[in-house]
Amino acid sequence: MKANGLIRTVYGNYWSVAILALILLVLFPLSMDIFRLNLVGKYLTYGFVAIGLVMLWGYAGVLSLGQGVFFGLGGYAMAMFLKLEASDPVSTAIQSTPGIPDFMDWNQLTALPWWWQPFHSLPFALFAVIAVPSLLALIISFAMFKRRVGGVYFAIITQAVALILSVLIIGQQGFTGGVNGITDLKTLLGWDIRSDSARYVLYFANAALLLGAIVLCRLIQQSKLGTLLLAMRDKEDRVRFSGYDVAMFKVFTFCLAAALSAIGGAMFALQVGFMSPSFVGIVPSIEMVIFAAIGGRMSLVGAIYGTLLVNFGKTYFSESFPDLWLFLMAALFIGVVMAFPNGLAGLYESHVKPWLAARRSKATKAAARVAPTAPTHRPTAPASPAAAAGELGLAGKISSQIA
Amino acid sequence: MSFSEILNIGLMQGFAGLSLFSVLLLMGLGLAIIFGQMGVINMAHGEFMTIGAYTIYLFSQLTETYAPALAQAYFPFAIAAAFVFAFIVGWLVEWAFIRHLYQRPLDTLLATWGLSLGMQQIFRSSFGAKEVSATLPDWLMGSWAPKDGLDIPINGLFVMALTLIVTGGVLLALYKSRWGLRVRATVSNRVMANAIGINTTRTDRVTFAIGCGVAGVAGAAFTTIGSTGPTSGSLYIVDAFLVVTFGGAASLWGTVVSAFGIAQTQSVAEFFLSGSNAKVLTLLLIVSILMLRPQGLFAAKIRR
Repeated sequence: MKANGLIRTVYGNYWSVAILALILLVLFPLSMDIFRLNLVGKYLTYGFVAIGLVMLWGYAGVLSLGQGVFFGLGGYAMAMFLKLEASDPVSTAIQSTPGIPDFMDWNQLTALPWWWQPFHSLPFALFAVIAVPSLLALIISFAMFKRRVGGVYFAIITQAVALILSVLIIGQQGFTGGVNGITDLKTLLGWDIRSDSARYVLYFANAALLLGAIVLCRLIQQSKLGTLLLAMRDKEDRVRFSGYDVAMFKVFTFCLAAALSAIGGAMFALQVGFMSPSFVGIVPSIEMVIFAAIGGRMSLVGAIYGTLLVNFGKTYFSESFPDLWLFLMAALFIGVVMAFPNGLAGLYESHVKPWLAARRSKATKAAARVAPTAPTHRPTAPASPAAAAGELGLAGKISSQIA
Repeated sequence: MSFSEILNIGLMQGFAGLSLFSVLLLMGLGLAIIFGQMGVINMAHGEFMTIGAYTIYLFSQLTETYAPALAQAYFPFAIAAAFVFAFIVGWLVEWAFIRHLYQRPLDTLLATWGLSLGMQQIFRSSFGAKEVSATLPDWLMGSWAPKDGLDIPINGLFVMALTLIVTGGVLLALYKSRWGLRVRATVSNRVMANAIGINTTRTDRVTFAIGCGVAGVAGAAFTTIGSTGPTSGSLYIVDAFLVVTFGGAASLWGTVVSAFGIAQTQSVAEFFLSGSNAKVLTLLLIVSILMLRPQGLFAAKIRR
């Protein structure tokens, strides 16, 4: 019986991940050519940011409008390594200083700056992809959350950080490539990342990493930490009075979201072959929030669907009806916030799932009747009806309280 | 370099700082009312400024076509119209969106961001994607030279005077009028304000609309300095929020002081560094100070 229960728990919690895995790893590669698949791969790198936001915003209740900063830092760390590999003295022989990246040569730099030097080594670059954004996140969030600054003020500060970094990158053209960013990335340790086979490999690596990240976040959600995050979001004072260090939970979640975004940025640089400040500033950072919001700020899998949907929509509309796209985006923002705060996953929870359950059997019908009465305008745990009998019962109950 | 030259540079530098100060203050004032007093994050604030700017453009085009004789006199009326237009749009926006979201500040932020995207596209569809600039009356052009080597641009003086009038007006209205009394009562204790007969719903709507109207005047003033495009508003939004947050959100005087501090820091930094470095330095300073003192320079003395 116990084994049966365990299987049911795993089934109940991970079947949505399994379906997503099936779509990403089987359906997309079989039905799309490499160009489209590479495009999906690009969108999936934003998915890392989106699941980071689900943890940060949906679970911990902290909205960051600066996730582009971490996406950008991760991407730049990767791009710096790839750029150094692409600018060996032989292929840059026509420059006045061979062996340094082309944009440095154009800006009359004659030597590689010292902080570029370590990026000759791949292990260091990979380390920097995670470490630099996490460190920045740690500094920002530690200073803010320890002083109990949250909510709106945190959002404004993260936005200011996004502005600072994008102005800095654009201004320091000689060191960062300026507005154009770091372009013409060719090889990874001699392996041509622009060939079709490499694009397939990178797509699968990216999708696998993303699924791994989702499972990791799901594990965190189901642990005691996840329950505490929800409790903190809804009644911060009570958690604090219970003796927990609320600030450090928030710091942890912010760093987690930053590290996830940075992995996304690094995979972006690998798959798309460039990195530019247009992914760092305020506008992309807020756009990334809408990916998570459309899919459902409480659902990891939903956030991926939201990311894919918005980006497919963006590509389609900005090609066919460029004038309509911004209106549609505006409608999405306003509509999601005013009418469906839980996004697609919330709609699924409140409409599709009860219907499915009602069809399945009479016994589950009773449970389904509970679901629509749950306040739909408040974020509810995505798995709450499924896990009402399971371990997540506490989380479900807490999250239905008023935030 | 002689002493008088240094004096001239110092004076002009000081004037540049003052002119940036009035720009920042004008941007921040409307937001200080909406964000500081009501706690609403209006990300579409920049677009309300753009409404004001396009109103001036529209008026200048209309006078040029239909009443060229009035070309010298249309400007004050256009500014008044900018206030009225932005006020009306603000009223409608509060009625349609904001009033449903008072309990959810972060959601207001996203909804108003969506609104700003929509408004930008409306501007683009109706005025074109290119930047436009209004034909200014002659008395706003040129510069005032009290002595040799000292040039004070007139449009800078004009913006400064307008800032003075608007700031004075807002301060008077907030601290000496019935409306201001109602706003302050609602801010400090909404339930109690309601209980003693203040219509807080109406107060909210008027307050939001007035904040938007002030933003419209700010946008109108900026047409004397630069041109207007559909996305001009988004350039100001972070600066405006930082000015208000840095000053201490609930304090109008804080906004004035912080605008002054930020403007002087930036213009002095610009004298020694390149433009983008000066901007980065100023922003970094603000962010670090805000991290150490999150409540801003002038903390509110009310219970939240």
